[in-house]
Amino acid sequence: MGKSTPHVMAVASAGGHWIQLTRLSPAWRDCRVTYVTTNPDLRNMAKDVAAAAGVKQADFHSVADANRSRKFRLLLSLLQIAFVMLRQRPDVVITTGAAPGYFALRLGRLIKCRTVWVDSIANADELSLSGQMAGKHADLWLTQWEHLALPEGPEFHGAVV
Amino acid sequence: MIFLAVGTQLPFDRLARALDGWCAQTGRGREVFGQIGKMGPESFRPTHFEWQAQIAPDQFNTKMQQADVIVSHAGMGTIITALNLGKPLVIMARRAHLNEHRNDHQHGTVKRFREREGVFAVENEKELSDTLVKLLADGVEMQEERISRFADESLTNALHELIHKH
Repeated sequence: MGKSTPHVMAVASAGGHWIQLTRLSPAWRDCRVTYVTTNPDLRNMAKDVAAAAGVKQADFHSVADANRSRKFRLLLSLLQIAFVMLRQRPDVVITTGAAPGYFALRLGRLIKCRTVWVDSIANADELSLSGQMAGKHADLWLTQWEHLALPEGPEFHGAVV
Repeated sequence: MIFLAVGTQLPFDRLARALDGWCAQTGRGREVFGQIGKMGPESFRPTHFEWQAQIAPDQFNTKMQQADVIVSHAGMGTIITALNLGKPLVIMARRAHLNEHRNDHQHGTVKRFREREGVFAVENEKELSDTLVKLLADGVEMQEERISRFADESLTNALHELIHKH
């Protein structure tokens, strides 16, 4: 694929974060995308949603799931994401969270990727903790609730549903 | 068929127990299947409906498609999938003070999604029972307005622009 075709790494943990990420797929319709999530059984769904959105080329990787209460799994997840990222060398990292998305965003920043944090629509009253941490490192920091948008970020441009 | 889903991580005893109570009495004879989450030794184990702790994504999608009514925690995965299928959805929020989640974001989700067509919020077994009885008596109809498969165009366009910015 030519240098002019951007490579997007789309990252989310399995469950609601992943469902939201798949719904953003038209954003990378004319790109190459690497989906990264935390359940290997989601490969088929990634393939289906990429086809439905007209994505040119879609790859899939699964990494360990983790949250703040599981430190070893967090480290494993971080290392696996770093491994995928160094092999894939994306141009853009887009994530809907949670912990694996935060890692991908910070690592992406280190290798000069453009980065996007889309805070989960589940955070209707206040931004997620990971979103507050990730936001200032993102080129584009989005909330899905208009009332949570602020002049210094996050911005609001619509929702996944 | 009624499908119960509580998400991929924590169990949700209050909801599983409420549905089990309904199955034991008012809902006797109804086909119910539950995905009830990773359980601890103390976790509630339903005795009046068939259940598994976890199910694979393909099976989740099949159950969602087969269900006449979906009963769920207020998690976005189930909510979005139910709206997308146009299926009636009964939701209960996990609460932090009951140790059902780390925080009360599901309470916020319920406040904002309970107004949607086909979404019914409940807080206890009584409300769950009344809602199920009403939904099943009225004959469960598919919602007119199914949501699209993808996000708002304004959102995907904003991302598309960022991806291609020079």
